[in-house]
This record gives sequence, C-alpha cells and structure tokens, in this order.
Amino acid sequence: MRTLLTNARLIDPEAQTDAPGWLRIEGGRILAMGPGETAAGDEDVIDCGAKCLAPGIVDIGVKVCEPGERHKESYGSAGLAAAAGGVTTMVTRPDTTPAIDSPEVLEFVTRRAREASPVHVLHMAALTKNREGREMTEIGFLMDAGAVAFTDCDRVVADTKVFSRALTYARSLGALVIAHPQEPGLSAGACATSGKFASLRGLPAVTPMAERMGLDRDIALVEMTGARYHADQITTARALPALARAKANGFDVTAGVSVHHLTLNEFDVSDYRTFFKVKPPLRAEDDRMAVVEAVQGGLIDIISSMHTPQDEESKRLPFEEAAAGAVALETLLPALMRLYHAEQLTLPEIFRAIALNPARRLGRDCGRLAACAPADLVLFDPDAPFVLDRAKLQSKSKNTPFDGARMQGRILATWVDGAIVYRRE
Amino acid sequence: MSFPHRHLLGIEPLAPAHITALLDLAETYVDLNRGEDKHGVELAGLTQINMFFEASTRTQASFELAGKRLGADVMNMGMQTSSLKKGETLIDTALTLNAMRPDLLVVRHPHSGAVDLLAQKVNCAVLNAGDGRHEHPTQALLDALTIRRAKGRLHRLNVAICGDIAHSRVARSNILLLGKMENRVRLIGPPTLMPAGIAEFGVEVYDDMREGLKDVDVVMMLRLQKERMDGGFIPSEREYFHRYGLDAEKLALAKPDAIVMHPGPMNRGVEIDGEIADDINRSVIQEQVEMGVAVRMAAMHLLARNLRAARAQARAGAPG
Repeated sequence: MRTLLTNARLIDPEAQTDAPGWLRIEGGRILAMGPGETAAGDEDVIDCGAKCLAPGIVDIGVKVCEPGERHKESYGSAGLAAAAGGVTTMVTRPDTTPAIDSPEVLEFVTRRAREASPVHVLHMAALTKNREGREMTEIGFLMDAGAVAFTDCDRVVADTKVFSRALTYARSLGALVIAHPQEPGLSAGACATSGKFASLRGLPAVTPMAERMGLDRDIALVEMTGARYHADQITTARALPALARAKANGFDVTAGVSVHHLTLNEFDVSDYRTFFKVKPPLRAEDDRMAVVEAVQGGLIDIISSMHTPQDEESKRLPFEEAAAGAVALETLLPALMRLYHAEQLTLPEIFRAIALNPARRLGRDCGRLAACAPADLVLFDPDAPFVLDRAKLQSKSKNTPFDGARMQGRILATWVDGAIVYRRE
Repeated sequence: MSFPHRHLLGIEPLAPAHITALLDLAETYVDLNRGEDKHGVELAGLTQINMFFEASTRTQASFELAGKRLGADVMNMGMQTSSLKKGETLIDTALTLNAMRPDLLVVRHPHSGAVDLLAQKVNCAVLNAGDGRHEHPTQALLDALTIRRAKGRLHRLNVAICGDIAHSRVARSNILLLGKMENRVRLIGPPTLMPAGIAEFGVEVYDDMREGLKDVDVVMMLRLQKERMDGGFIPSEREYFHRYGLDAEKLALAKPDAIVMHPGPMNRGVEIDGEIADDINRSVIQEQVEMGVAVRMAAMHLLARNLRAARAQARAGAPG
C-alpha cells in the first residue's frame, strides 16, 4: 500500500535543505520524494498542511527502567513517550538494575521491547560487568545478541588499564564504545558546576575542567588502541578544542550533548529545584553557548534526550541527595525549537544531530529522507505554542525541568516503518 | 516593624530595612535578658520544635532558651539518632511533625537547601539553624547585632572574615548580610578553602592574612573543622596557625579598636590564639553568645506575629 504525504515542508539533514515538497511511502520505506507538488495516484493521501516532515529521531542514551524499576518507566510507557516525541528509534542504556551486561539480560530486554514498544528499540550493553569498571563484559556475545554499543553510562572506568584493554578488545570486534568523559576524582560528590551559583547555594561542585581531563585521557587511549569512541556528553567550552584536535587527527571519535545542556544553565536550578539536577550538572551560560555553537558547526555530532526517569521519591529530597536525571523523550524536539526560534540552529542542523548522525554512528540507514530509507518520519509544527503540563506526559515518571514552561513545537504525527504510531488529536 | 516573611530561611531574601527592624527588636530583648525577670509572653501558647539533623550544643541551647523566655512550649528532637536512620525521608518526617501542629520549627540539616525543602511542606514558620554550606541566618544576625553594639553602626565598616570560607554557612550568611548593609568585606584564607567564583560576590579576597587584616574594623574568625585539617585542604594544623591563625602580631595590623569575633566553638591554637580570644578589650566572643539568644527571640517573635496575623486572616476569610 502506498501513501503520499503532500504539501509538506521537507527537512532533509543530508542535503541540509528545508523546502516544500512531497514524499511517498510504500512497504515501510520511502519510495520517492521531490519538491513542489505531485499528482496523486491510486493511494492514500495525507495533506501535511505545510508543516515540517523530517526523519524520525534516533535517540542515543534513553533509560528504560526494565529490568529493575519498571514503576519508573517500562518499554510500553517509554515507547509511547517516544512516539509522542517523534523519536522513532530509542537506543537504550544499560544502567538498569541489574545492568544489561550479559546476553541473557539483553535477550530479556530485547523481548520486552519487541512486545511493548511501538517504536524501534536498539540496545546498548555495559562495557564492564555490573558497570563496576573491573572486568569487561562479553562484548562478542553481546554484539551477536544485538548490542549496538558498549557503555558504562555515567560511570567512568577509572582504572586506565581496564579501560584500555576494553577499548582494545572492542576494537578487534569493531564495537562502538560510549564513555562519559569526566575526571572522577574531581567530580566525586559534586552536584553542581563550580562557580558563583554553586558557591551561593553552598552545593558541592565540580570544575568544568574535569570534563576536559576525562576527554583528554579517553582520546589518548583511543589514539593508543584505535577504538571507535563516542563521548556521551560534551558540555563545556574547555573540552571542545580537545575534541576538535582528535577529529583533525583522524581518530574515530564523535561526541554528543543532552538537550538540557543546550537549553538550560546552572541558574535554572534556582532554589534547589531537583528536576534540574542532571549529570553532568548544568553549566554556565558561556559553556551552553559554546556547545550550541559546536553543534551548529558540526563539532558535536549528536544531541540526545538522555531520558532518565526518576520517581517523586527520588527527587523530593535535599538537592545533594536527590537522584540526577530528567525525562525528555517528549520534550526533546520542543526544547530544541527554542534554539531554532533563537536562530542558533536551523531545522536541518537539528535533524543532522538528532537523526542523521546518530543513525550513521550506529550504522543504520534511517535518519534520512531518501528513497529506500525506512519510512520513520515525524511531522511537526515548529511554531505551535503550548504550556507543558508534566501530568500529561506519557512517561511513567514526570521529572521534567520544563513543567509549566512555555514551549513552541508540537509533534503532529510519527511514522515507524510507514505505519502511524502517534497522531495528535 | 516591617518584617514581611513567613520563614527565616536565609539572609538572601531579607531587605536591609528588615534586618534593621529585627536588630532593633533584639535590642529590647538584650535588656530583658539582663533584667531580673526574663519572661516575655510573645510566644505564649505556641509550640516550638527544634529539629537538629546535625549535632549542635550552643545553637540548639540558644534557640531553646529564646523560646522558653518568650513562653513557648519547646521540644528538642535529636534527629541524628532518629527516624532518618530508619529510612524515613525528610519530607515524611516533616509531615509527621506538621501533624503535631507546631508553630515554630527550628531546623538544622547537613545538606544545603534541605531547610527550604522542608519549609515548603509544613504549615508553620520555619527557622533555618544552618543548612549544609548554604546559610545560617541567625548567626549572621547575631554577629550583626554584636558589631552594631560594639561599633555604633553597621555600615561603612571593613570586615575581614578569615578561615574556611568554602565549607562555611556562617561565612555565606555574613557576606550577604554585611554586603546588604553596605560594608566592605574581605575574605582571608588559603585558596583551597575559598569557594569558586567568590570574587563575584562583591568581596575582596586575600590569601595573605597580614595584607588582608590591614585597617579592618572587625576580624571574624571561622572554625576550622577537624576533618579538614590534615593534608586534604591544608598541610597541617601548625602551618595553618602560622599563616592564618589570629595572634597578637597579625591583629596589630588591624585598626587599634578592631574587635575579634568567632562563632564558636573555638580551636585555640589553630585558628585563634587563646590570649586574644580571652582579651576582654578585643574579643566580643562572649557577647556574640549573649546576642544570639536576643536575636533568636526577636526572629521568633516576628515570625510568630506574622503567623498569627496570617491565621487570623484565614479565619476571617473562611466561610462560617
């Protein structure tokens, strides 16, 4: 069955274009696309109403709390949230309880995802057993079972020898390693970025330099081992030159950033608002602007939601004790529209970072508007204003920093493999 | 007397006029406390609960005495040994206490912001008796009253705060208060004990104590916590005393009539020479303790007045 999407504003991250056009879907794939108008044949026709049609979001670093904390988020609830947020591929994190560090656990979550999620799910696995940084996981078996990348998430493998061996072993299998660049000695116990704000609030803080030190170490090990490496979040200006040098040297290095570090800064924490507690902590405004510029210039490749569900009990605590993380599958695109409306990023630049680059990094052919690519699509209105009500989020956990915020950008419909998985009423 | 606040969580939200109003009221309590009959009735019928999640002797005693002198029913809860050990969260503890209908809640907690959090969940007035490294407002107010009485004013003074600024809530509250009242504040201490970005608070930072003490009117020493003495932040106790301990020679650089303050408890021979601490011509450390009771009486009086007014308004507004 064919479907024709007409009267659309096509956002093509490969060609970096944003122009009126049409797109035809058949058999779960994009059949063809073009500018302007086209004559409809014997097919379903959907009028996009001149709204934006873009490749579905590929979100690296989503936490679904299965196994262990299903009350915070299940594959069902995360999948609904993803569909409502235009995310057509969730790439999930292994920092569950227990960690996804064996083929058996990976098989369990793969089955759960297949049963419950309306969108594609790819799984990452832990790099070391139980994410303890001591022994590497069965990287080969885990790859056979479908793991697309290996990461200990926000834990740094502090033992350089362990990390270098894991990178060397991963290199032999062509596995992608995702690390959290941070000097763990400096960041121990910190829940804010050092500076005036942290001092005023009396919060234990980490210098932004700790991120650069972590990245410098990791890049040296990448040079030594030749591994494929992705830094999960680069959030400070000081780390950017090191990243640029590594890329200029031809190392297989990419970097990401969370939507929160692009749209919020340390002062948003205000009177100890724990929904703004994320890891790494929110940064100074200068850092935020530098990182936005790095996304614009392509130095930072990928933007993620870093979706981290936490229940009320984990957040209704003194700031130091409260759990870190925020849900963001549904707010990723609306939050990024702030940067679009501020004319800091164009829509093709945004989709390069949330669809094309993450798909490429994982060797997937989605994330593009091109003939034969999977028909994973999102239709959205970048201008539609609304006030976010966290109670209406699909996620089981409602820990969003954007509660009550005025936002622009509504997702109108989401397609996965040519089938509609979300449509705004 | 203008003091439009429901809680006393920090110095940050107070306007200079509010600070002055509170200090003026505290003066009357100094006189009361020095008299034969020390009893007031401003808190009669009210219940005051002191919740200390962190050990304290003097602050707790000061709040207890202040409440009792004004006629409140005072209860002390040593929370270090209590329900938190059984896994109860701070908010549950707050709700439990709230159900006992206290009117004044005095809280100390080891984490910054914890008292703010608690204040959001209860119906009574909350006084912050120190939260983490954040604020300790009654200490700053009693320091201010001590300075005002000794110097005759609380503006255009040079005040040096010396020692472990980074971990000190006393320093933060004092920096804020003295700044609001238009004094020049100097911070003196080793850079390892100086918080990041502190220069943006409108203070002058010195790591040479001799230079920092030149011509100051007030020398405020801070306590150096035992656990920070060895190797971590400073090399040793004796090197610290040599460079940052207040002795007669360093004090001679301050103005001849400069006063010496310390929030207590003191480490004699670490941050302050015993003889200076005991010198009745220079040290106002005992006065600070005395002012503490008066300032806390004033703070609780003002909050209780606001609480009663709010309740009367609610009753008047309620149907039936």
